[in-house]
Amino acid sequence: MLLDVGNIGRTTTRAWGRNVFRVGAHLFFFGLATTALTISAQAPSQTASATPSAQSTAPQAPATPQTPAQISPPLTPHAGLNVVVLDPAHGGTDPGARGTGGIRESEIVLDFASQVRRALETQGFQVVQTRQGNENPSFDDRSAIANAQSGAVFVTLHIASTGLPGTVRVYVNSDLPATTDAAGLISWDRAQTPFQGLSRKLGDSVQGLLAQRFKGSPSTAQTAAVRQLRTTAAPAIAVEISSVVVENRADLDRMAPGVADAIATGVASFRPSYVVPATSGGTP
Amino acid sequence: MTARWIRWVVGILCVLVIVGAIYFPILRRRLRAAAKLQQQTAEQARRELTQAVPINPGVPRVKAKLFWASGDGDGALVDTTVELPLSSDPVLRSKQVLNTLLAGPVDAELRTLPSDAVLLAFYLLPDGTAIADFSEPLATSTPSGIQSEQLAVDSITRTLEANVPGVQRLKILIHGQEVETLAGHLDLTGTFLVNTKGIAAAPASATPVAAPATPLPRDKLATPATDKPTAPAAAPTTKPSSSLGAAALTPGGALGKLTQFKWNVQEHGRQMR
Repeated sequence: MLLDVGNIGRTTTRAWGRNVFRVGAHLFFFGLATTALTISAQAPSQTASATPSAQSTAPQAPATPQTPAQISPPLTPHAGLNVVVLDPAHGGTDPGARGTGGIRESEIVLDFASQVRRALETQGFQVVQTRQGNENPSFDDRSAIANAQSGAVFVTLHIASTGLPGTVRVYVNSDLPATTDAAGLISWDRAQTPFQGLSRKLGDSVQGLLAQRFKGSPSTAQTAAVRQLRTTAAPAIAVEISSVVVENRADLDRMAPGVADAIATGVASFRPSYVVPATSGGTP
Repeated sequence: MTARWIRWVVGILCVLVIVGAIYFPILRRRLRAAAKLQQQTAEQARRELTQAVPINPGVPRVKAKLFWASGDGDGALVDTTVELPLSSDPVLRSKQVLNTLLAGPVDAELRTLPSDAVLLAFYLLPDGTAIADFSEPLATSTPSGIQSEQLAVDSITRTLEANVPGVQRLKILIHGQEVETLAGHLDLTGTFLVNTKGIAAAPASATPVAAPATPLPRDKLATPATDKPTAPAAAPTTKPSSSLGAAALTPGGALGKLTQFKWNVQEHGRQMR
């Protein structure tokens, strides 16, 4: 652009050939050029800043493991429910839901988990926790702990940001279409599929007991596309307690014994309905 | 001497005016080019997409049902009837209802979606799978929790179900990307069931299919206002599924396919605009 200005400037000066005018004309064009530069400089800078954001919208391949876990539908009745995998949600860099009073979901679920653990152990269950301290295993890591156990159920514990304070809801995973690959295997990312009926039974059992203890809670388990449940190859439920919004943490702590008892009793009463998946292939 | 000096000044001024007259059109052309460049920036493109769809004054206002929170704190939704000049084109119609849903109800307490979230793009595939691309605040500002995230997704799916008959399943993207969860709990890797009526004919490959948390009897749900003149326009979208679409969206499918598919959709969207 400066070149253009120079060309026009040169022709003009040649035509007039006077020093005074040359200076005047240069000053004039310098002014014009500066204005034009300022205007056009804004446009390219915006284009440049737009480029990275355009690149960032490029789709990325999701990092979901696609290895099929050899899971077959549950068939054989078996009184083999011995293990409960307890999953205190979030942790580490992920605090989960946060209340205005500084309440962090990741801390409270850990406290709840220890009480639930004690109640379950009293009922004669072996308890495996997906995290003991302030770590944050991935969804798949947590599921893998449950999937490595035989005769286990999976319970993930959450504190909500919403809901009537003092209520507890149990969620089971939404129905997944039962699709298998050519070899009749269900892929890892839909490991929950064969267990949906059992999960529903377990969920209703626990939710019924919670509704007795916590007024305002629903009487049957709810359905939601909970990510953690999808990859779990066991009867699996999510228990969500309301909520982090309470002013005093003691309000939540007071709920822990009731929640622990309902879960332990619910799992114990589910025990007779539990069936071990037929071990045609076994989980690798 | 003075006269000569004045003559020079006048002469110079005249020349300046002439040169200015020549130069200003060039400057104006530059300005226009700069404006065009600005329009092409991502921000501008986004704004174009998210701004209210131009309303044709000839389109009659119809009753749209929008699902916001009931306010009881129990995670339930209630429908509110709003009169909107809805387009007969299912994509424009979906954008209109979703933008209204995002704008929120009169009582801000009943919002289901964060106020700073915007709908960046909306596509509808021939098999009835809709793809809604929201800005990042949908993921970062939605309260973390199964109930709150479910409420957000349900308000979207049920509003679409009540107002856009062609949509059968919904895939939610955040800023053009597939994300694992909405705000730490709800699975966004699959599609959500929108219209249960058309699902029997649909391929059962999209996962996970989420049923609303508080299912209402279907006959109690809103009868779409499109029964009238707009229905024929929506009909082409419910054609039998093509090879593109739900099959390519299946998480179990080849990743390359998914990526390629998304680009196709974006290209398609651009052409349509």
